Amino acid sequence: MNARIRGGHGVDEGRRGALKLAGGGLAVAFLWTAGLGPAFAQMNPRRQPTDEAAAVADGNPPFAPNAFIRIDADGSVRLVMPSAEMGQAIYTGISMMLAEELGVGLDQIKVEHSIPSDALYGIALLGGGQITGGSTSTRGQWQSLREAGAVAREMLIAAAAAQWQVEAASCSVSRATITHVPSGRTLGFGAVAEAAGKLPQPATVTLKDPKNFTVIGKPLRRVDSPDKVNGGTQFGIDVKVPGMKYAAVRTSPELAGTLGSVGDTKARAIPGVVDVIKLDNAVAVVGEHYWAAQRGLDALEIEWRHGVNEHLDTATLVAALQESSRNGPALVGRKPKGEAAAGGKAVEMTFVTPMLAHAPMEPLNATVHVTPGKCEIWTGTQVPTRVQKEAARICGIPLEAVTVNNQYLGGGFGRRLETDQVEQAVAFAKQVSYPLKVIWSREEDIRHDRVRPLYFDRISATLGDDGKPTSWKHRITSGTVLGRWLPAALGKDGMDSDAIESAADLPYEMDNVLVEWVYHVMPPGLVVGWWRGVGPTHNLFIVESFIDHLAQTAGKDPLAYRRSLMKPGSRPLGVLNLAAEKIGWGSQPLPARVGRGIAVASPFGSHVCAIVEVEVTAQGVVRLRRAVVAVDVGIAINPSSIQAQVQGGLLFGLSAAMFNGITLKDGMIEQSNFHDYRSLRINETPAIEVFTVNSGESPGGLGEVGTAIAAPALANAIFAATSVRLTELPVTRTSLAESAEALKHVVDIGTGKGDIA
Amino acid sequence: MVTLRVNGEERQADVPPDMPLLWVLRDVIGLTGTKFGCGIAQCGACTVHIDGQPIRSCQMPVSAVGDRAVTTIEAIGQTPEGAKVQQAWLAVDVVQCGYCQSGQIMSAAALLARTPNPTDRDIDTAMAGNICRCGTYVRIREAIKQAATGQPQGLQVIVDGSAA
Repeated sequence: MNARIRGGHGVDEGRRGALKLAGGGLAVAFLWTAGLGPAFAQMNPRRQPTDEAAAVADGNPPFAPNAFIRIDADGSVRLVMPSAEMGQAIYTGISMMLAEELGVGLDQIKVEHSIPSDALYGIALLGGGQITGGSTSTRGQWQSLREAGAVAREMLIAAAAAQWQVEAASCSVSRATITHVPSGRTLGFGAVAEAAGKLPQPATVTLKDPKNFTVIGKPLRRVDSPDKVNGGTQFGIDVKVPGMKYAAVRTSPELAGTLGSVGDTKARAIPGVVDVIKLDNAVAVVGEHYWAAQRGLDALEIEWRHGVNEHLDTATLVAALQESSRNGPALVGRKPKGEAAAGGKAVEMTFVTPMLAHAPMEPLNATVHVTPGKCEIWTGTQVPTRVQKEAARICGIPLEAVTVNNQYLGGGFGRRLETDQVEQAVAFAKQVSYPLKVIWSREEDIRHDRVRPLYFDRISATLGDDGKPTSWKHRITSGTVLGRWLPAALGKDGMDSDAIESAADLPYEMDNVLVEWVYHVMPPGLVVGWWRGVGPTHNLFIVESFIDHLAQTAGKDPLAYRRSLMKPGSRPLGVLNLAAEKIGWGSQPLPARVGRGIAVASPFGSHVCAIVEVEVTAQGVVRLRRAVVAVDVGIAINPSSIQAQVQGGLLFGLSAAMFNGITLKDGMIEQSNFHDYRSLRINETPAIEVFTVNSGESPGGLGEVGTAIAAPALANAIFAATSVRLTELPVTRTSLAESAEALKHVVDIGTGKGDIA
Repeated sequence: MVTLRVNGEERQADVPPDMPLLWVLRDVIGLTGTKFGCGIAQCGACTVHIDGQPIRSCQMPVSAVGDRAVTTIEAIGQTPEGAKVQQAWLAVDVVQCGYCQSGQIMSAAALLARTPNPTDRDIDTAMAGNICRCGTYVRIREAIKQAATGQPQGLQVIVDGSAA
């Protein structure tokens, strides 16, 4: 893999070492290169043949040394963003990496969405696709973007030095200005942009020593904040195209059901309704505005046709997974080393974790204009090149005939790694001549989500006399996201590396560990997708709940027990110790029915420990009191973003664990909007303190780290408060009430399905 | 034909009387800063002010607005509370994806207009109707306190220009 990532250009040793760390040393499943072919496109810090068109589309600036930097004659610096901005602050992080080496301040740059291009913007860690996911953007671009900035800087300096007839080594760059240090002469970037654009590209550049960083490591304001506080940011749903009309859609509520007859007389009579258009499994009403389209949709008389899922419900699905877990062929993700000692205390648990919807705040939407031989799309997507490819397929036109204008994403969480909604919009837009903005209602969004998979887990261990596990067996049963989404990335034996991530690579020192995955084929139409935190979010709930249970079984403190299993000096132990110190673990007794729960792990190339403190009322209502999180993400690009991502990620995970589960009845998803698919609100939010360990290692992933660690910390806190060990999510109040009598004294507050006793 | 007073300007719209204000603002007048999130007044993304009061525009028929003043995120910075809230939002760097933030800022500005020095409980009560899926709530609390007191709260981001 390292050989593949290395370009033919000069690469310093520091880079080589860092690549090894980012991509080679860890059993990180989301790095999908293993199962793919020998060569794939990936980012290059230097100009590529395919960048020509991109630069021309960008107004053909005099200096465009690579696919990321454009400098105009007036000195303006435009940075092109290879990743999608969905809240994770990657536009800011990318800008900081480029700006650090280029020599500009964040107040001196403008950011631009990129065109779709795997060749220019592919992420090697994800098989070379232009994909924003798996918390890979920073760790996957850390080297190439800084190098891209350095290439530009060296060329600008060379141009200035040539003009002054001085040595390049006697010049320095700061705030978009080149200075000849001995004479104090200065030139702005704009003054040398044209000359720099004609120079050869340097084969070798030297990157800054981290101790000389002036941008990286500072808590800088996000580059997208100013427009986001005044309503000025354009999300996909805000796009305006001349002549555009609006479509409201209904897809068969029964998964994989189809559209039968549609009575549209009433709908067409509504003022503002323009058209009624159909697909095999969906119908759309087009209006002059979205309200007319929605009213028209409600006025349709639709007859749906049953498909294979007519009788599908959640209980049937769970039972089928349990059956597969018992009998299905198991693939081995981690083999035990050596034989377990005989005897010991056997402990076993089973877990069911629910399907989850993403519910990004911006409902799914795409604006599409299909004209003869062409298709233009405006949407916010995590996978612009996949959008382009699918549109070309649906329209039967070449890839180059499809224009994709990516937008700011009003949340992604993995939902916008899918192209289903855009594909549907293209299929509808093909039927009309005008640009069509297709918006899914929140109800459509929830009922047709590509859900986080349902999982059934069986986990067991044998404890020796000292209470430590002498053997550990974990069998995971689920559908496969990776197998559908990027089948080439499955292992040779069909192993889904995502399904076992953070289950096979434990922070604990144990030899006799067996981790298996059983593939359960999900019913057609029940499509499983990436959900923030992916495999680790599920596995850490199981593993860290079980470790807590083992500590209890062994009669040990949960913190001391974990410490006893971790390698001294290891990075996960570092975050565990820091979080424990900051919350004051064990320093004072807690009130009745208040408890603290620990969870620690190393997902996405980073290390994280969360300690959550809850109170569980006599009526079983869980109140989040406080959370302390320690992270080691290696070199911190932007400490402000780290704090924000950890806080937000944790709340996203807590919200799901507290309230969320997608359930099926008669083949339909039962939830539909924020009243029955709850989201944590501000009055339910605890104080969250975030602390970082500065290990100086290359950056790890961040966007999903907080989410992945949330549920087990919550479940362990609930156990500490109530002695109830949760083996299913979401949290249900009935299981936590002190008594049936206590339960009567509280009205339902909608803490998830199954709450109403 | 409906006549509305939006951000100090008179706007005419040829729309049905039961059309929600949200869609008149977004699809007819063209002010897209106000967002559609749920359509059932559960998420608060569509919050605007009518005569200074925060309302969910997805549930307000345009005919019910009458001659009252409609203020949206595009103009809230022209009110003293709105300006303070936006400045605090930048100082604390609240936003993530940003989609819900128009509604959050509208609710926060209305809170400060009626309660200049809100307690934690006041903040929770006033802001509980605004969902943020990114989970920016911790910074929202800090920013509202900063807007109210003028005192720095939490992590303060550096002004961008000073670096590099």
